[in-house]
Amino acid sequence: MNRSLMKRAIAIVLVGAAASVCAVRAPAQNRLVVASGAMFPVYQATSLPSSQLINPEELVKLLRSENPLMIQVGSHVLYQQAHIPGSEYIGPASSESGLQSLRKRVESLPRNKFIVIYCGCCPWSHCPNVKPADDALRAMGFTNVRVLYIANNFGADWVDKGYPVAKGD
Amino acid sequence: MKKRIPIALALIAVAAGLYFVSRHHAVPGGMNSAAIEHPLAPEFSLPDLTGQKLDFSSYRGKVVLLDFWATWCDPCRDEIPHFVALQNKYGDRGLQIIGVSMDDGPEPVRDFCQRFKLNYPVVMGDARMGELYGGVLGLPIAFLIGRDGRISAKHVGATDISVFEKEIVSLLRGGAGRG
Repeated sequence: MNRSLMKRAIAIVLVGAAASVCAVRAPAQNRLVVASGAMFPVYQATSLPSSQLINPEELVKLLRSENPLMIQVGSHVLYQQAHIPGSEYIGPASSESGLQSLRKRVESLPRNKFIVIYCGCCPWSHCPNVKPADDALRAMGFTNVRVLYIANNFGADWVDKGYPVAKGD
Repeated sequence: MKKRIPIALALIAVAAGLYFVSRHHAVPGGMNSAAIEHPLAPEFSLPDLTGQKLDFSSYRGKVVLLDFWATWCDPCRDEIPHFVALQNKYGDRGLQIIGVSMDDGPEPVRDFCQRFKLNYPVVMGDARMGELYGGVLGLPIAFLIGRDGRISAKHVGATDISVFEKEIVSLLRGGAGRG
């Protein structure tokens, strides 16, 4: 008798759970559709060796004990909406003026200064900014540079993960 | 006592299900779930490349593809010729594409628009505009807005043009006009 009741209870639990899942899920056509990504040719950022990269989770942990110079080398409008607290905006490193600003910012620094550069404008494989910035810093003799690996964009890979964010200039 | 345990488990499961359902649909202000899943597109008024104000509300009744892009964004640039083609194809049926450039200034945008012969208006976006649309923290991002002014879809990252076209055709056929 007990076994029979147990079986019935389990069945009710499973049906109740299934019904809840169905009720929560809206039909696909009533949802906002979010799509991402398509195959594109390889861009510069992908040529950066992994030894020069740092992922968001690692950077968050590192910032608890270290204080690198952090520079956003992409879009000012994106920087104003959200950026890593304490990071500076220099200008898009895909432009010569942005690179000149970057060089000017760091020229007086010791060449072993720990510097982290990031962008997050678009998917990593298409970012036009991080590689030129990294190249410029290494050409100046900086030996302790890391590039923040942002796979999709700053929103998805930093903000949506709940990592620290600041706004404005 | 032993008989009550399975019944209690069943009640807990149902209660849990009801809780999650209520969380999914709970909305401040008493709005229904459809309104939340298809919110009204925020109104805005921004200068276009000639300096004239573009008022989003003037496009009510049309299907709008609102494209956040920038001249330095490769995936954005790849989409634009396709958007030009869509505007040509569906413009007289009520499609209006509006580009929102997230460039730092209008000069490169003007050059780009002339070179690629954009046949739709482009406005200069800013941080406020990005925040109005939920945070534009990566490009491209495109919103499809129905004739009723509600956001029907949001595409983050480069998206195959056939996806856009399918959604546009559907909205042109079935969307209710505003105003």
